Amino acid sequence: MSALFAAETTFDVPANVAFGILAVLMVVAAIRVVTTRNVVHAALWLVVVLGGNAVVYLILQAEFLAMTQLLVYIGAIVVLFLFGIMLTRAPLGESDDLDNSQRILGAVVGVLLLGVIGYAVARTWGTDRLDFAAYELPPRIEGVVSGSGNGRTQALANTIFSDYLIPFEVISVLLTGALVGAIVLARRD
Amino acid sequence: MTRALLGVELAYWQSTLVRVLAGLVAVLLLTGGVVYLYLFKFVSFMQSRLGPMEAGPYGSLQLLAEVGKWLQKEDIHTEDSDRTIFGLAPAVVLSSTFLMFVVIPAGPDLVIANLGTGIYYVLAVSSLSVLGILMAGWASANKYALMGALRAGGQLIAYELPMVLAVLGVVIAAGSLNLQDIVLAQSNGAIFGFTGIGNPFILTQFVAFAVFMIAVQAELTQTPFDMPIAESELVAGYQVEYSGIRFLVYFISEFATAVAFAAVASTLFLGGWALPASWGLSDGVMNVVGPIMIATKAVLLVGVVFWTRFSFPRFREDQLQRLAWKVLIPIALANILLTAVFKVAF
Repeated sequence: MSALFAAETTFDVPANVAFGILAVLMVVAAIRVVTTRNVVHAALWLVVVLGGNAVVYLILQAEFLAMTQLLVYIGAIVVLFLFGIMLTRAPLGESDDLDNSQRILGAVVGVLLLGVIGYAVARTWGTDRLDFAAYELPPRIEGVVSGSGNGRTQALANTIFSDYLIPFEVISVLLTGALVGAIVLARRD
Repeated sequence: MTRALLGVELAYWQSTLVRVLAGLVAVLLLTGGVVYLYLFKFVSFMQSRLGPMEAGPYGSLQLLAEVGKWLQKEDIHTEDSDRTIFGLAPAVVLSSTFLMFVVIPAGPDLVIANLGTGIYYVLAVSSLSVLGILMAGWASANKYALMGALRAGGQLIAYELPMVLAVLGVVIAAGSLNLQDIVLAQSNGAIFGFTGIGNPFILTQFVAFAVFMIAVQAELTQTPFDMPIAESELVAGYQVEYSGIRFLVYFISEFATAVAFAAVASTLFLGGWALPASWGLSDGVMNVVGPIMIATKAVLLVGVVFWTRFSFPRFREDQLQRLAWKVLIPIALANILLTAVFKVAF
């Protein structure tokens, strides 16, 4: 067993154990999102899935992305879901109209998406290895509180605003479009 | 990975345990102190009365008496309530509060975790408390609780934005999200070449400071922004069905969050734990002086929050939303723009 681990120099046991536990938790929560008959419970199970996602980002050393996941998805989007549910109807207990006849279609789309995204990710980054040793922060020097890890955020910012500038701008336009569309739909005057 | 603490080498789990316990003690002591100082005494003196005087000398043990009272009360819930969610909600709010303290530095070495994304992390975990409040309001099976939760949801989301935007000004000025870096940027800074008092960002980012403190007032749902628990309209809003230990948890988290936001504000704008670098104090000294500095600044800022709370009447709901979207956000955006221009120009 130890020889197996030693063969992979960048294989991090705690990270993999944590990922395994998280993966099970997230899958169970994801299944509960679509099987629970209580619409608020579904939204709260979604919190578990999205929170688990944030921790996976942390394990992958994407700290900024993890915090964004927390702030945007849990702090804003799920809260908006709950807000919407509670503003319109807030049924305590189970409701029977949460299901429809498109179960099979939904399953097919889900599997297809898994295949496409899985293939693309494996094809692009399949052989990449995370260097867990590089995550150790450098020691602190007297008078200088260094090793803050801010460099990774700077690297991310540099990448977004140089290599991926056009996708970034396109997404901004898309979101603005969605916002304008929402206002047009809501205001009928 | 080992870390030295007082010359003793500790294993990773041991140093983590020490950090968490020390953090918990510091948070609860500060919170208790703030409750006694401001909620029991400060407000009493403002209203020409003495406040609690019986429990302990000068009423100083009143807080313990209150905690004892809450702990032995029956844990009640309404018949229709969703008991699981009802029970989880206070825990969500309290964890959101305690998680905020993880990155707030109290000295060169005194921080539970020195995250690279420091201030961003604080904003992210502080936004989780809305979730607990919405859960509480819904699970209580009470229309006043639900209305309170909806008001809280709308209010906290609205004031999240000016808060984040105000913080961005400081982040641009310091060039880092990390709270230690922000503290050092102020301690090592200079005002027109004068390094005697460093460069606390309250001087250059006073607009951001004002926006941040107003947003904090609203995030804490303190008067004049206390619509979610408005006692004359909604009884007690989302807390109305809570009693005993669960209410105690809300109470602790309300004041601990006030301490947390005040500590964040002191770190961002008042120089945090640091004294100006030109004073030439060593890290060893600052590890002792630092906690006192940050605690004093935080308690003073909590005082500002409570002073406002005890002085002003409640806004109307539409005035609250208008203030956030039409006043604070444009001001904060203009501040970011100006800060960026100055950062590039100088």
